[in-house]
Amino acid sequence: MSRKHAIQVQVNGEVHDALVAPRLLLADLLREELDLTGTHLGCEHGVCGACTVLVDGRPVRACLMFAVQADGCDIQTVEGLARDTELHPVQQAFNDNHGMQCGFCTPGFLISTVALLEANPEPTEDEVLDMLGGHLCRCTGYQNIVASVRQAAVDLRREGSQA
Amino acid sequence: MKPADFEYVRPSSVLEAVEALAASPDDAKILAGGQSLVPMMNFRLATPALLVDINRIPELDVVEARDGGIVIGAATRQADVEASALVLQHCPLLAEGLGHVGHPQLRTRGTVVGSLVHADPAAETPAVALALGARVTVSGPGGARTIAAADFFETYFTTDVAPDEVATEVWFPSAPEGSGSAFVEIARRPGDFAMVGVAATLRVADGNIVSAAVAVSGMADRPVRLGGVEAALEGARSDVATFAAVAPTAADEEGLRPSDDVHATGAYRRTVLPVLVEQALTTAARRAAGTGERNGR
Repeated sequence: MSRKHAIQVQVNGEVHDALVAPRLLLADLLREELDLTGTHLGCEHGVCGACTVLVDGRPVRACLMFAVQADGCDIQTVEGLARDTELHPVQQAFNDNHGMQCGFCTPGFLISTVALLEANPEPTEDEVLDMLGGHLCRCTGYQNIVASVRQAAVDLRREGSQA
Repeated sequence: MKPADFEYVRPSSVLEAVEALAASPDDAKILAGGQSLVPMMNFRLATPALLVDINRIPELDVVEARDGGIVIGAATRQADVEASALVLQHCPLLAEGLGHVGHPQLRTRGTVVGSLVHADPAAETPAVALALGARVTVSGPGGARTIAAADFFETYFTTDVAPDEVATEVWFPSAPEGSGSAFVEIARRPGDFAMVGVAATLRVADGNIVSAAVAVSGMADRPVRLGGVEAALEGARSDVATFAAVAPTAADEEGLRPSDDVHATGAYRRTVLPVLVEQALTTAARRAAGTGERNGR
């Protein structure tokens, strides 16, 4: 067996220390060690996007990064989006627009939408599709997901202007 | 679908990385963005005994102007290169090509140098590097050396980089005054590996083509320069009649051996190539003429 490595990661604002084998994927650290099972694993080779999390603010495939590489990083998962019992505006928009059916892919879509709207509060249609293109959904046909992102953009801008 | 066991080291300098590789060059792999390597490890198509993680070597995270071009370090993310004002100004073809690489969520980790060393014949960045005459610098036990793009790509997933060497940076020449470029490709879906891609750049003076470079992906075991097309363009008028006349000859160029695979037949690739060449040249010429359209994205 390979040597294990001591790492420290901040996940949704909480600091965690862990001793990890190099082969442990970031997604499995989150799911198996930290019990944050909202990050879903679909394909495990970077195609489906279900495992997307924010690493230092940027959307990243948690199945294509080793936990040991996340040492010192700030990670946000879908569990970190809601504020207490209140849904994040992006979550609320997906709820309002039926932007999900079975929900398996949803955590990844939510995380990428948060990242997109953080970097670009008024994305064009092409920019929305470019970002959503990195995710697969086998239920919805995508139209309601696109509608969700559009509503979230409006809601976040309104929230920002009131802040 | 989990990777096999391996040892992991995270050097803080190129020298340390070279030393780590030297210990077991045949069983070790460099880990940069990992967006091609880790899927292969998850499938156990790759089972390296040692990963040398170069992501935290400060000297490798760089985008800067140098020697009449742009230097990009081996740990610099595609997303950062794509958004770099320096790159957009001096090397718009690279920025445009990167826009077609996977999806935004992959380009936040993936690296330009990693794409070159991975050398997937369907990939965008190798074709851009070949069209522009990029140069890759590698470091090994014997020191550093620089490899021209024309000598870099050998065959499928194989480059001139030796097992005990690490690619540290790539240099792309700045686009000269009066030039325009374009990258076009055809894929089943945006973000998929393209069936065929074309990277083209033209330098135009007084409406005449002074020089042309056209490289294609997906048409052989590595990216290929279309020497015949380039020769036919040089000295000709930069107009749609020229491109319509020259583009059909692209399919007959030497060195094209398009394969049949799940995405397309070789015959289809050969048929679609001239269409893409004509599109790329037409767009590059429009940008060279400076009709207000910015190069690239």
